[in-house]
Amino acid sequence: MAEQRVLVVGGGLAGLAAAMKLAELDIAVDLMSLVPVKRSHSACAQGGINSVNDTTRQLGDSEYLHFDDTVYGGDFLQHQPPVKEMADWAPKIIDLMDRLGVPFNRTQEGYRDQRRFGGTLFKRTAFAGATTGQQLLYALDEQVRRQHAAGKVNIYEGWDYLGPIIDDDGRCRGATAQNLVTMEIRAFPADAVVLATGGCGLIFGRSTMSMACTGSAASRSVQYGAKYANGEFIQVHPTAIPGADKLRLMSESARGEGGRVWVPRTPQDTRAPKDIPESERYYFLEERYPKYGNLVPRDIATREIFNVCVNEGLSVEADKQCVYLDLTHIPREELDRKLGGILHIYEKFQGVDPRDQPMKIFPAVHYSMGGLWADYERTAAGGLMPGSPRNHQTNIPGLYAIGECDYQYHGGNRLGANSLLSCIFTGLFVGPCIETALKSLDASASDAQFDLLHRAERSKKEMEHKKLLEAPTGGENPYLIHQELGQEMTKAATVVRVNDQLTAAIEKVAELHERARKCSLSDTGVWTNQNVMFTKSLLDMFPLAKALLKGALARDECRGAHYKPAFDMPGVESTDPTERRQQAELWCDKFEEKNRKWLKTTIADFDSKGDPTLSYEDVDTSLIPPRPRLYGIVGGDIIESVWKERQVKKTESGAQGVEKPANGAAEVSRDPVPANK
Amino acid sequence: MTASSTKRESFDVRILRQAAPGEPSRWETFRIPYEPNLNVISVLQKIAAMARNAEGKETTPVAWDCNCLEEVCGACTMVINGRVRQSCSALVDRLLEEHEGEIELQPMTKFPVVRDLVVDRSRMFRALEKVKAWVPVDDYYDRGAGPRESQESQEERYPLSECMTCGCCVDACPQYSKVEVERRPNESIEEHQARQAEAEKSEFLGAAPISQAMLFNRHATGAMLADDRLNALSGPGGIQVCGNAQNCVAVCPKEIPLTTSIARAGRQTTVHAIKKIFDR
Repeated sequence: MAEQRVLVVGGGLAGLAAAMKLAELDIAVDLMSLVPVKRSHSACAQGGINSVNDTTRQLGDSEYLHFDDTVYGGDFLQHQPPVKEMADWAPKIIDLMDRLGVPFNRTQEGYRDQRRFGGTLFKRTAFAGATTGQQLLYALDEQVRRQHAAGKVNIYEGWDYLGPIIDDDGRCRGATAQNLVTMEIRAFPADAVVLATGGCGLIFGRSTMSMACTGSAASRSVQYGAKYANGEFIQVHPTAIPGADKLRLMSESARGEGGRVWVPRTPQDTRAPKDIPESERYYFLEERYPKYGNLVPRDIATREIFNVCVNEGLSVEADKQCVYLDLTHIPREELDRKLGGILHIYEKFQGVDPRDQPMKIFPAVHYSMGGLWADYERTAAGGLMPGSPRNHQTNIPGLYAIGECDYQYHGGNRLGANSLLSCIFTGLFVGPCIETALKSLDASASDAQFDLLHRAERSKKEMEHKKLLEAPTGGENPYLIHQELGQEMTKAATVVRVNDQLTAAIEKVAELHERARKCSLSDTGVWTNQNVMFTKSLLDMFPLAKALLKGALARDECRGAHYKPAFDMPGVESTDPTERRQQAELWCDKFEEKNRKWLKTTIADFDSKGDPTLSYEDVDTSLIPPRPRLYGIVGGDIIESVWKERQVKKTESGAQGVEKPANGAAEVSRDPVPANK
Repeated sequence: MTASSTKRESFDVRILRQAAPGEPSRWETFRIPYEPNLNVISVLQKIAAMARNAEGKETTPVAWDCNCLEEVCGACTMVINGRVRQSCSALVDRLLEEHEGEIELQPMTKFPVVRDLVVDRSRMFRALEKVKAWVPVDDYYDRGAGPRESQESQEERYPLSECMTCGCCVDACPQYSKVEVERRPNESIEEHQARQAEAEKSEFLGAAPISQAMLFNRHATGAMLADDRLNALSGPGGIQVCGNAQNCVAVCPKEIPLTTSIARAGRQTTVHAIKKIFDR
């Protein structure tokens, strides 16, 4: 048997963590990336990385509370075992990154400093200035470079993944990819392929994501039978700087360090912001959410900013939607030390110093909570089974998904500073799982018996490429179609979703898909042809865009980032005690009904044309029972007390009723790996 | 009257183009309808979409590199109006103030041109390997936190660690020269890269990797490889090649104190050399 190898696709935090861990386990690794790995999108993450720490622990925090905040913030849509495992690993991961030399900000005594992020009341977030993602990425990049120097990792930068190579038994035996410079197409034999290819923000045209975040790798995998989960859950970040080419992120850490969001009470007040007195400023987040203030979870902050501009007409400017994000009350030295990186971005791109003037910001598409469906194996204690080959495996055996491109950790809404954690965690955790998987195989994908398979798949991709270059000119322009797709998706599927608009968008996107097939290339050359590579990724945006819209249309409820006003559940308005109670009871009935129907993972399967069919899977909520998310809701107190009474009753009757399984939780049905494996 | 207050309908962008390595280069001009608040990236996006030059003739889209568009990844570096910088943070209104009516784009000058504005900067990453720019930890298991560190030390390391390997410092450096090995017919990508690496072996490392060596020598665990790094900095293409022109620090988009790093590297290599004599 030839030496077994693993192909890691994507060189951001997740891919690098996986490559370095696999190298440590003495497994041969090929690491492939569109861009030099040091230029991956993880570099854009700003604010920090969460974990319980020595200080918060003494204030009552624990791994369990981090887990609880994450599932509550995510509106309970995540399977709980992976999230629990991640929260348990979090402090160890930050310690490891600290050992690798990440320059985390320090306290006077020399310990790691922490700040507070959204959706929690604890200061859990470790940070390196306001470029934490960059610093974590570099630390992992350095380790992978070290492993490369030691001959353990081959690095293929400037290669675009074209799809998995699947044998007759349905097992992934490698992948095809194309070089962006020479346009050469190659088959990479691999005994496991790990996709760590990030999110799909470019489907929305402009977003906070980098230009490599087209979602094409995930799309190319679903077109070979991988399932896509919770596609409709897209995080719209509350604070970004609008721009013609990109919506640049303004980190949540700006609010974590005391930044305040406001608008003038007088619509489009023409005075300079500092001339507007406190009494004439509307700090709408602080007023409406006294407990969390400016640090409510992102989906809520986004909706409030959107609402204050669009529905209440209080946008700072008349011709552009934006609100103030104000740091001017914080001392300059402190701002420079803790937020320098992001202030620099604002200054450079807007030409205004945010230390003197409040920033003007508006929400922007930011993160894909959904992604490739991936499996896991649960322990009796409710965590993940270490080393199980099922962890993070897609429904195609041998094909794994980690980082932002999997769907597992953030449910309906991701908490700030949890994504860096989920990326590094999944990268490290999947290493031993793949090691087990490789041991169970009795062949290597590099064995001669698979040559034919690899050659056939490569020829197929070469034919497709040739066909695209030679296609009769249909007159369509891929860049303009991308703009139209972005406008359509942004209009129908971001902050507020309405069924009529979604239906219309589905039709329009299908039409754009047809038109995209008739693209005329302005470059038909065979050297560094960016035109043809862009057209390929554009075509691959459509399956995911369709799944996203279809999932959003079907899901008639509000959950996390998915907000449909028609299905909103307003709070309890009455002041009469009896009536209040009745309304709260009704509210809880409706909530239970909604969960029975919609507390489910959306799963999309795709036909050969890239059109999705949806099905639903139960969510493992056996560790923390779902409860209403009551941030700022009117009558939240009475709803909460009614809800708690119901839970007590349920536990009491449960104790007298059927005996529970030994691990204290029922095994939920999970989509099985195909039997023909 | 400033340029931005002039009523402008369009402006020209002159781009130095090259179809492939070894091919001749030529200038091509594009006419862009003016909008306020454009950056060079959005100009290049418009050029890609229209694929037509200022004379109205169809042309291939200009090839260029980019990713983050917020000056943190380093990909989109090029020479803009004669100065090396990132095209995402190069704002059109300012550029037109610098040079009325026209913007000039060229590929970086010290790296092999792949096509148009795309260059091959793999030499910079190979240099990081030469100076062992990493912390040599035992393993990736849980062994508790890293070394405690003073605020002062963190504030010294953090700016050095912001280096995005964009290459501005070396592109502006008079001591750093271009090394380009032409690809042979039927040569694989890997074979070509290996010959390229061999050819640049004793060439100048440049400011960025020298500064990275200082970054890791400053870290408690990183310093365990300090001697290896100083050997690399004392060898061919090392610190002695620096001519102290100080262009590097002037063009660094992250304002990294590169000359401070170089001075420190000079002191450390001197001490290291003396120590080696006495240790003999």
